[in-house]
Amino acid sequence: MSTAHFISYRFAQAVFALFCIVTITFFLNRFAPGNPFLDEKAIPEHLVDNMKAYYGLDKPLFTQYLVNLKNLLVGDLGASFGNKGYTVNEVIAQSWPVSARIGLCGLGLALLLGVPIGVFAAAHRNSRIDYGLMSLALLGICLPTFVIAPILGNIFGLRLKWFDVAGWEGSSAWVLASATLGIYYAAYIARLTRGSMLDQLNQDYIRTAQAKGVSPNKILFKHAFRGGISPVVAYLGPALASLIGGTFVVEFVFNLPGLGQHFVRAVTNRDYTLIQGTVIVFATLILVFNLLSDLAQVWLDPRRKLKT
Amino acid sequence: MPSTPTASTPAPPAPDRVEKGTSLGRDAWHRLRKNKLAMCSLWFLLAMVLTCYLLPFLPLIADPNKTYPDLKSLGPFTTGESVKGPSVFYSLGSDYLGRDIFSRILHGGRVSLTVGFLATSVSLTIGVLYGAIAGFVGGRTDAAMMRVVDILYALPFLIIVIILTTYFGNQLWLLFVCIGAVEWLTMARIVRGQVLSLKKQEFIEAAQSLGLGNAAIIFRHLIPNTVGTIIVYTTLTVPAVMRLEAILSFLGLGVQPPHASWGSLIKEGADRMISDPSLLVFPSLFFAATLFSLNFLGDGLRDALDPKTSKD
Repeated sequence: MSTAHFISYRFAQAVFALFCIVTITFFLNRFAPGNPFLDEKAIPEHLVDNMKAYYGLDKPLFTQYLVNLKNLLVGDLGASFGNKGYTVNEVIAQSWPVSARIGLCGLGLALLLGVPIGVFAAAHRNSRIDYGLMSLALLGICLPTFVIAPILGNIFGLRLKWFDVAGWEGSSAWVLASATLGIYYAAYIARLTRGSMLDQLNQDYIRTAQAKGVSPNKILFKHAFRGGISPVVAYLGPALASLIGGTFVVEFVFNLPGLGQHFVRAVTNRDYTLIQGTVIVFATLILVFNLLSDLAQVWLDPRRKLKT
Repeated sequence: MPSTPTASTPAPPAPDRVEKGTSLGRDAWHRLRKNKLAMCSLWFLLAMVLTCYLLPFLPLIADPNKTYPDLKSLGPFTTGESVKGPSVFYSLGSDYLGRDIFSRILHGGRVSLTVGFLATSVSLTIGVLYGAIAGFVGGRTDAAMMRVVDILYALPFLIIVIILTTYFGNQLWLLFVCIGAVEWLTMARIVRGQVLSLKKQEFIEAAQSLGLGNAAIIFRHLIPNTVGTIIVYTTLTVPAVMRLEAILSFLGLGVQPPHASWGSLIKEGADRMISDPSLLVFPSLFFAATLFSLNFLGDGLRDALDPKTSKD
């Protein structure tokens, strides 16, 4: 299957997946108990009716669904119920750079730390360095982000005062947030890299290269690395999906106004449109990253075929 | 030295007493027993499970939700005063409301472990059945069923769980049904792959020619042959699920106060880590140690059940 064919197939699949996700979220929202206009004080009936009419919630459910789909087609995510005076597009435009910076810097740090550690451990397998590094990595995996985050905040924020501990505008707290995510994923990637590098180093072509007298470094970086990095690339797609959960936690700990904070608040307030908007953003990200990671794997290992 | 009669002359086995080969399970158990780290983890986990489930029923432990105002924020090493805790086990001190930390950790552990095991068994049931059926039936059904899995893979899981748990209350059973219902995809893929290669083998053909029904073939012949893979993946799913539950509780969406889980205890501790670090340290230790041993056990089981893939 040609790459163009593959991409167009996956694109069609992604559009269908997004359609399903929108439908599920829409009906989940409407059939769930509670509504966006519940407040601690009881709001008079006629005001609720007015608000429902304003947001178009007074129409039959299926009409609402069709209107919603039509708006989505032109990229209009609607008005946010919870953030008065803001459209969902505006809320997302404001908050996604926060989450994107934390998430991408975290993932970048994880790759920069994790891959070299993994390769190094594999090159010195079963040595003391290897065991030491791998125990550290396991520790990084078992200490969840919500333990690492307050500890980093305490040490580097409050004690050493290198970074701010909270806030976004003019604040350096995002560095600590990225570092928290980076440590966890670096640990995972290090273990993954070590395992797959060992798989490669045990194969016959490596022995051939050794017999030819290729230098160990060249074997490691030129021969084994290309195959060994493949599982890491495959992991990047799912990693992004779980990175979303991680960013939620660090956004809460370091009080960063990212998508995660908005999403959790939107769910508690039944902010239907904002929920839908954030879900679409997250789902699109996952779809795009999965596609990229599939393409990169084929590029790394041409024997692998693009399968639909 | 008495000679064993069978050792020197390997007589052909009598037809009614066929020489017994060691089963896969027995072999695996032997290999696992040699792995000290995995065995330590196994015993540790058993001890942890027993402690969390049984100890709270004994009168040794304080009520986890009862507050003792005059015992507020006692560190484990600040018991120089003559304050006597209401139980022998007031050993890890008390929190900011004067509740026994040790007792709360045990009760929280019971919640976390229960969610971990039950959610995993939900995902196990769905995943194994789905994968086995898709792989066995094959053809269009298989293609359609796997397309569904592909689409579900693109769903932001955590987000669905957050929506479900917020909308339908914070009942515990809902929590593990939700987590289990979104965690079965990988299991389905793995089982399907195994079944696809198994069903082409002779013993399935033999079963079919003997007239066995499809259900019997799936449950009696296909699924038992994938048990090794399933067990390994299960031990890796439990920590993933526990982590998910902890994230939810951390965000305030899981277990509701005054009840506790390890996630919510860590959250409480993180909020007060400056004034009272022991609130963060002890729950984190329990949580991390459990995840640690689950990981070691999973690695050990993988090596034991599938010697081919064992990493040196």
